[in-house]
Amino acid sequence: MTRTSSRSNLFSRSIGQVRISSRAISIAKPNESPYYIGLDKASEDPYDRLSNPDGVIQLGLSENRLCFDLIEKWMSENLGHSITGRDNGELNINGIATYQPFDGTMELKLAMAGFMSHIMGGAVTFEPSQMVLTAGATPAIETLCFCLADQGNAFLVPTPYYPGFDRDVKFRTGVELIPVHCRSTDNFALSVTALDQAFNQTRKHGTKIRGILLSNPANPVGNLLSREMLYAILDFAREKNIHVISDEIFAGSMYGNEEFVSMAEVLDSEGFDKNRVHIVYGLSKDLSLPGFRVGVIYSFNENVLAAARKLTRFSSVSAPTQRLLVSMLSDARFIEEYIKTNKRRLQNMHALFVAGLKGLNIRCADSSAGLYCWADMSKLISSYSEKGELELWDKLLNVGKINVTPGSACHCIEPGWFRCCFTTLAEEDIPVVLERIRKAVENTTDLLNSS
Amino acid sequence: MEFTRKNRQLLSRIATNDRHGENSHYFDGWKAYDSNPFHPIHNPDGVIQMGLAENPLCFDLIEKWIRENPDASICTAEGLDKFKDIAIYQDYHGLREFREAVAKFMGRVGGNRVTFDPNRIVMSGGATGANETAIFCLADPGDAFLVPSPYYAGFTRDLRWRTGVEIVPVHCKSSNNFRITRAALEEAYEKAQRSNINIKGVIITNPSNPLGTVLDKETMRSLVSFVTDKKIHLVSDEIYAATVFSSPRFISVAEVMQDMDCNRDLIHIVYSLSKDMGFPGFRVGIVYSFNDDVTNCARKMSSFGLVSSQTQFLLASMLSDDEFVGNFLRESSKRLAKRHHVFTKGLEEVGISTIKSNAGLFFWMDMRPLLKEQTTKAETELWRVIINKVKLNVSPGSSFLCSEPGWFRVCFANMDDKTVEVALDRIREFVLQGKEENNHEADKSQARAQRWRKQNLRLSFSSSRLYDESLMSPHMISPHSPIPHSPLVRART
Repeated sequence: MTRTSSRSNLFSRSIGQVRISSRAISIAKPNESPYYIGLDKASEDPYDRLSNPDGVIQLGLSENRLCFDLIEKWMSENLGHSITGRDNGELNINGIATYQPFDGTMELKLAMAGFMSHIMGGAVTFEPSQMVLTAGATPAIETLCFCLADQGNAFLVPTPYYPGFDRDVKFRTGVELIPVHCRSTDNFALSVTALDQAFNQTRKHGTKIRGILLSNPANPVGNLLSREMLYAILDFAREKNIHVISDEIFAGSMYGNEEFVSMAEVLDSEGFDKNRVHIVYGLSKDLSLPGFRVGVIYSFNENVLAAARKLTRFSSVSAPTQRLLVSMLSDARFIEEYIKTNKRRLQNMHALFVAGLKGLNIRCADSSAGLYCWADMSKLISSYSEKGELELWDKLLNVGKINVTPGSACHCIEPGWFRCCFTTLAEEDIPVVLERIRKAVENTTDLLNSS
Repeated sequence: MEFTRKNRQLLSRIATNDRHGENSHYFDGWKAYDSNPFHPIHNPDGVIQMGLAENPLCFDLIEKWIRENPDASICTAEGLDKFKDIAIYQDYHGLREFREAVAKFMGRVGGNRVTFDPNRIVMSGGATGANETAIFCLADPGDAFLVPSPYYAGFTRDLRWRTGVEIVPVHCKSSNNFRITRAALEEAYEKAQRSNINIKGVIITNPSNPLGTVLDKETMRSLVSFVTDKKIHLVSDEIYAATVFSSPRFISVAEVMQDMDCNRDLIHIVYSLSKDMGFPGFRVGIVYSFNDDVTNCARKMSSFGLVSSQTQFLLASMLSDDEFVGNFLRESSKRLAKRHHVFTKGLEEVGISTIKSNAGLFFWMDMRPLLKEQTTKAETELWRVIINKVKLNVSPGSSFLCSEPGWFRVCFANMDDKTVEVALDRIREFVLQGKEENNHEADKSQARAQRWRKQNLRLSFSSSRLYDESLMSPHMISPHSPIPHSPLVRART
């Protein structure tokens, strides 16, 4: 039904009948990106060890299912804190059903500030008054773009990057993303030289760069920005008079031994201009609550905060969810246990998965965080090109029945890299995944020559 | 200073312009309330909030339902087994049960004359987000939408701020109870065309904010045929649909479309639970479009304002409970009707009239008799007096772009019965005081009335003059009387 109607729409649009907006015309088209196609396919036919063993195994969505038991345990031990909360034992919906401050209640901001500090090893204190809560990190990114750039301006973004940035930054703001390519030769590390080159080239074409969009820990590679690199980025930003958005949503998903350093920590200690730095965070990854839609904009710039607060009118956190989370995030003992256990389980899954891939002669980039690994399957593709990569992706999805994210969807300049999320799996699923990869690339000689 | 200026230059135009509309009087009153909020015991002289359209009248029913349905909440023993699946669910399609429940509820609110398709239910960050998303889908920066005035003050921000789209008001008049006429729409459209303004559609609120009236079938049909003729869109914000408390009944644009020759691709509905259920804190906005491309686009944009899955789950259960919903809608109407009656009766007793309304959480109050002169300036002065002396936060008609000065929107649902009495007492006192003062002003006003008479006999009533705020509204010059009445003279009788 949908198809036919769309076609008739196309027809009527072509003879100037119903005009929708220019952006709607392109957005309404079916998703072409393998990132989205794969997600759809996996959700239509989801793998289940018992009930659907031939289904598509989802390795393309960075979700963390490893620690739900801990959260469920907390809930069952802390009941009575239902959505309406306690008020001398009586339910009181008045407090949550009515209009709330659109940028989040102070209670939740306080709890979130404490949680973020905890997640980042206590190395930095977050100020609730510098926080704006949004319905997920997705609107947090979009809101910052609306505040920091005008239509036609651009942000520099290191590649490979999270495919969702294309939506968050570009869909409605009219702001462009300029890739700053990173390469496997230095484990996809960002360099100021590359930033500088991209900046100058863009300027030559007449586009104004308003800032740099970073994800740290990085998605999809999973590496961290070193303290020195953070200094260098801040120096660069000051020199060019641009902003820095640091998306630190995976800060609490560390499994490596490297130390995570938040932008906030660096700003605290050194004399950098704080007005150009904005941090994005959320509960979708570290606390596995993507459905609840809880994001954070953390800024040192009063003007940005003032504008962002007004914009939360369009993307506020649902009040019952705020009430629930205040309790959970304020429970320091629980959070401590959660962080420790989560790290342990992440380490375990990461080690098993990467070792498994190694067994297939597929090596992964060095990474310390995230819910995924960045796998080099370039030896398995027929031609060293995006086309070859997509052919392999298609084979893995339709023959192997596993959904992974191809590097081209992440704007990676080198073909053959794939992001594989392992936190939706149980240990016993790993051999199944490896077997399916093996099957999908059966006739590739390199695989058969595995060590 | 230098640093601040340089600082602001680092920000976007959107972050530094005032298209967010928060500098309007609509919000000034809120600020006055925030700094001195009324409390029956702790602050009996504080400002009573009558500028916020909230509906807490039936919270007791909701609390009871939640208590009796613990499995609807994922943080109770009964609902805990669903926690994992709900917490991880971030699909922008939204939970199927949620969409089905909302579609059923919308159908019910429309008197079950229309069936809504759950696959067209698209989420957004409240109705605020829904209206904005609709505009993002339908118009490009620089385009415009026709909006009958008086209209909801928030439209200034929701339709314009980030979208870059403009509003062209279609001024409606008290002489015909602010009905939206085809003639007014045509005129506004033609005028816009002549000025090279590209009109992409019309946006209405039905029931109306701020009037509290429902649009009749004829007006609805006229709107649908107007947009079909001009090949522009119609967005019907039906957020107050279930606040109708007496006849005539609410008629959704979806119902009207059913037996009309129209282009369905042009029709879009915005809905929310903030008013009908009293859940603004839950942030549940819905975009319902009959246009597949708009539905697809809006759904992708819903990532910017998805409803928390915890909330979706709870509401899926609550709104599917037919008995509860039926009882809730009935009770809600009853309580709104009663509250509405108490207020309008109380105002009538002191000679203040309101537009006859049967819906919404507010009424549209006629304070023109109390204006020193029929100008926006006088309205603002009166409003300041009401805020600062009478201590009521009501919203002045100018913040709703009303072309006639002297109207005020007064919200009546967001307070308890005791506060209602206090509010009425304050209004009564103020009006009676005003009448006393008018007697002293009688001589001055007679002279003024003379001058008006002379002026008006010379004036022509060409439509462009009607937008001139210094001109008296034509309604004041009753067709039955050869001599125009001074509003101050009227107040005395």
